[in-house]
Amino acid sequence: MSDNFDQNRRDFVSVASKAAAATLIAPGVLLQSVAHAKPRSEPVSDENRYGLLIDTTKCADGCSDCVTGCEKENGLDMLLKPKGASDESWERQRPRWIRTVKVKDRLSGHVSSLPLMCQHCEHPPCVDVCPTGASFRRADGIVMVDRHTCIGCRYCMMACPYKARSFIHENVQLRPTVAPRGKGCVESCNLCVHRRDNDVAGTACQDACQHGAILFGDLNDPNSEISQALKERNHTQLRADLKLNTGVRYRGI
Amino acid sequence: MKKTYYREWGIESPRYWGILAVLGAILAVAGVATLHMEHEGHWVTGMNNEVVWGLPHVFAIFLIVAASGALNVAALGSVFGKTVYKSLGRLSGLLAMTLLIGGLLVLVLDLGQPSRLIVAMTTYNFKSIFAWNIYLYVGFLAIVGVYLFTMMERKAQRFYKGVGLLAFVWRLILTTGTGSIFGFIVARQGYDAALLAPMFIIMSFAYGLAIYLLVLMFTFNAEGRALGDKILLRLKNLLGIFVAAIFYFVVVYHLTNLYATENHAYEAFILLNGGIYTTLFWVGWVLLGMLVPMGILFHPALGKSRGGIVGASVLVILGGLAAMYVIVIGGQAFPLSIFPDKIILESGFQDGVGGAASIYSPSLSEFLLGFGGMVLALTVTLVAVRMLKFLPASLADEVVDPHHG
Repeated sequence: MSDNFDQNRRDFVSVASKAAAATLIAPGVLLQSVAHAKPRSEPVSDENRYGLLIDTTKCADGCSDCVTGCEKENGLDMLLKPKGASDESWERQRPRWIRTVKVKDRLSGHVSSLPLMCQHCEHPPCVDVCPTGASFRRADGIVMVDRHTCIGCRYCMMACPYKARSFIHENVQLRPTVAPRGKGCVESCNLCVHRRDNDVAGTACQDACQHGAILFGDLNDPNSEISQALKERNHTQLRADLKLNTGVRYRGI
Repeated sequence: MKKTYYREWGIESPRYWGILAVLGAILAVAGVATLHMEHEGHWVTGMNNEVVWGLPHVFAIFLIVAASGALNVAALGSVFGKTVYKSLGRLSGLLAMTLLIGGLLVLVLDLGQPSRLIVAMTTYNFKSIFAWNIYLYVGFLAIVGVYLFTMMERKAQRFYKGVGLLAFVWRLILTTGTGSIFGFIVARQGYDAALLAPMFIIMSFAYGLAIYLLVLMFTFNAEGRALGDKILLRLKNLLGIFVAAIFYFVVVYHLTNLYATENHAYEAFILLNGGIYTTLFWVGWVLLGMLVPMGILFHPALGKSRGGIVGASVLVILGGLAAMYVIVIGGQAFPLSIFPDKIILESGFQDGVGGAASIYSPSLSEFLLGFGGMVLALTVTLVAVRMLKFLPASLADEVVDPHHG
């Protein structure tokens, strides 16, 4: 009995000490492994320029999987219609980072469907007009809003040629950690910036697209799939006349 | 010209407090409406992701434009050396400040995050005309404050002309900056025009003067102070000329737009088939805001009657608000041209399917916030003229211009 008790005690001490050691050391190991993957302490560099290539010939009419995927990832589906708001006005006031649009060519009558989101311009008008600099462009080409300095003036929304930005018109109850949001600030597609910073591949819209119409990648890397695809075939920018050099390119429109 | 004496506004106390009580009640209601919008968020307004600036901006921009225009009367006295206007300078400077404060307050309270005003005052992006405007507005208040001091303090009078010139130049830059808020927006068909900045300047001349005339006539009339025809007829003629100048700019703006095919759809929207915006343009801005006031002001009999001048001034102000509505809201309601060669058949986010305009129906709260800015400007003005010597003791003809009987 006593032997047994001693054995149990030894086992307990052994397990407990291992557990204690694991508790102390593991976070360090974990941190180090993440740090190896992507050093968060290093600033984002302009060696990369992230962008999207959208092949509208693959985009299926009536499909909105990319919208659903984006809203799930970025917590837009957590927003609730305020009590007393009509469905009609909520549709105009709720935020959307990505939307599907169906267009018909005036001359040929050719119809195409496509997703439309922030075009991540090299020379973004929203950044030019922002009084506080809250609307900014990262070195890696991602255009986004600093929610700490956004005063909610909506001048960026006036200036954006693509109507890519949304204003948070209502109180927010649930806030996802990847995209924290609050009433009275402006936001828009940020190419799933949390994935960039945590070294997770792709974007939510790309993952959600079953037709392979959305391709995310590094435009500055000549060997990336997106660069190869852009080199291979013709593509266009929306409102190319504005010379904004968009990071999102379209094929088939 | 005789030496001008100034006196506080001396209407009987019960009447003065009665006026303040009415204005205060309106301000209280406007305050509650503003708190409601702050607390709930902008969903309680008619603003949305397409029409992002609503009725508060219409009032705010009108007030800011009118503020710089109200200073012109003082500038005529100091910069252009017209001595008859010199005695009108104090009220002119005061109105310039109060109208600007009213307009800025509306603008700030309509922000999504008004509590972050301190961020706007400390963090700047100098590529933004908005950031420059913050300096222009604060600078304007400071310069006009000093300008008023040089008018009212004998020891500072030697700086009067210099500061007056600075204030005049500053006000021109300020209105240019306000007009450029729209002029620099390349994405929207109705805005991207350099002509908007000078057009805003000429609009400011008229709207500022119309407000000035109404305040001058009201304060003088309420107290029974002499306000002769000489000064009044000069001011009303000036108003008529300013309104005619706006008319000219509006014609040139639309004619140049019509010359370029890319603007035809926008022009058709404003001039022909834009519903409320077309109605407001023709009936509100052109007819009631310009043609009728010009008809009254230049009419041989009506133009000389007090009622005619008041009516014309009120119409110019209402026309100005209609003009701002057409420019600010109409410019946003017209759908963006994201696909110039294509027709939008369907969209998950409005986008002007089939060329449809964006929907905006202003809420009462928005109106109250904007109107509250106007009432605040008037309230501060009336308190100031009561406390300090802003108003000339008399503007009777023999005081204004004794040599021309």
